[in-house]
Amino acid sequence: MSGLEWLMGWMGYAVAIWVFAAGLYGIVTSRNWMHLAICLAVMQSSTYVLLLSIGYRTGGAAPVFADIPVGARAVDPVVQALTLTDIVVEATVLALVVVLAVQIHKHSGTLDPDKLRELEG
Amino acid sequence: MRLILFAVSLAGFAAFFAAGARGLRPVGHYAGPYGDVLNAISVPERHATDVVTAINFDFRGFDTLGEEFILFGSVMGVLLILRQQHDELRKENPEEDPNGPPAASDAMRAFTLALVGPMVIFGLYIVFHGQLTPGGGFQGGLILATAPLMVYLSGKLDEFKAVTSPRLVEIAEATGAGGFALVGLAGLAAGKNFLENILPLGKTGSVFSSGTIFLISVLTGIEVAAGIVLAMQSFLEHALEIMQRGRNG
Repeated sequence: MSGLEWLMGWMGYAVAIWVFAAGLYGIVTSRNWMHLAICLAVMQSSTYVLLLSIGYRTGGAAPVFADIPVGARAVDPVVQALTLTDIVVEATVLALVVVLAVQIHKHSGTLDPDKLRELEG
Repeated sequence: MRLILFAVSLAGFAAFFAAGARGLRPVGHYAGPYGDVLNAISVPERHATDVVTAINFDFRGFDTLGEEFILFGSVMGVLLILRQQHDELRKENPEEDPNGPPAASDAMRAFTLALVGPMVIFGLYIVFHGQLTPGGGFQGGLILATAPLMVYLSGKLDEFKAVTSPRLVEIAEATGAGGFALVGLAGLAAGKNFLENILPLGKTGSVFSSGTIFLISVLTGIEVAAGIVLAMQSFLEHALEIMQRGRNG
């Protein structure tokens, strides 16, 4: 296996962990609830990259047999279905986090998690 | 301090992830078997050419039922958290509130209004062709839900409320969610398994084909569109109409 092939073979997983780490860094350093929600979305999108990388097949077509014959070389449809589920769950989580942010801002006038703790204490 | 903790945990995570990834195949060398089996049987057994939709609404339809109720529960959560509370009042004339958002510009109004029709057609197309080409209830439902949003962007809150009667949207939401479960129970009533196909499969490639996959896709489209519209209604009402008691503006 040549160097380039090796690199391409692991690149998908490397990108997944990089996106995950970037989102996690954002959450750790976040000073704003909305920013935190977006970082959570970034972090969760790493799972799409991971899932699609697992199911990819070099030269494979999309698993839609409308214009290609059944039995043609195609990628794994299971992980694609899981990615769809993943996106729906992310949307619902994001909606709830944003709603909580709206209510927190209404009641305390701030979106900074650190200030919130001071207010409560 | 926070960053040090983060670096330590990330190093630990990277180690576990690398150990886990050692068991994976390199990207591009997927070996099956489930994906290959489903790719092979989806067209002959279910008459559905989009295998992803066939998986979501038939092969693992039970999971998707749960997923749909996650969405349902989340929308209910949004409604519950944003409801009018005892220390809040409803503004009498939200449109005349000087602190409200500015009116849309002419360009914005023309463009968003022109998009309403195409969005409805495109959303219906994606919902109804889910079993043939990429798409289905979730994607199409979301596109359908953008149509009322375009109406809001092109005009005022009153117009948004006029096209989305809360009662009708609630009925649609309940129909979509309950209909999915009923289709599953109909399988039991017909003496088959839960969510097993009980409808004629039709001709592969035509819109009304692949039995319950088509029906569930349409029901999911209704549920998703209604759910998103309900959440939008709730957000807009909260932002524009509800204010805290004892505060002017």
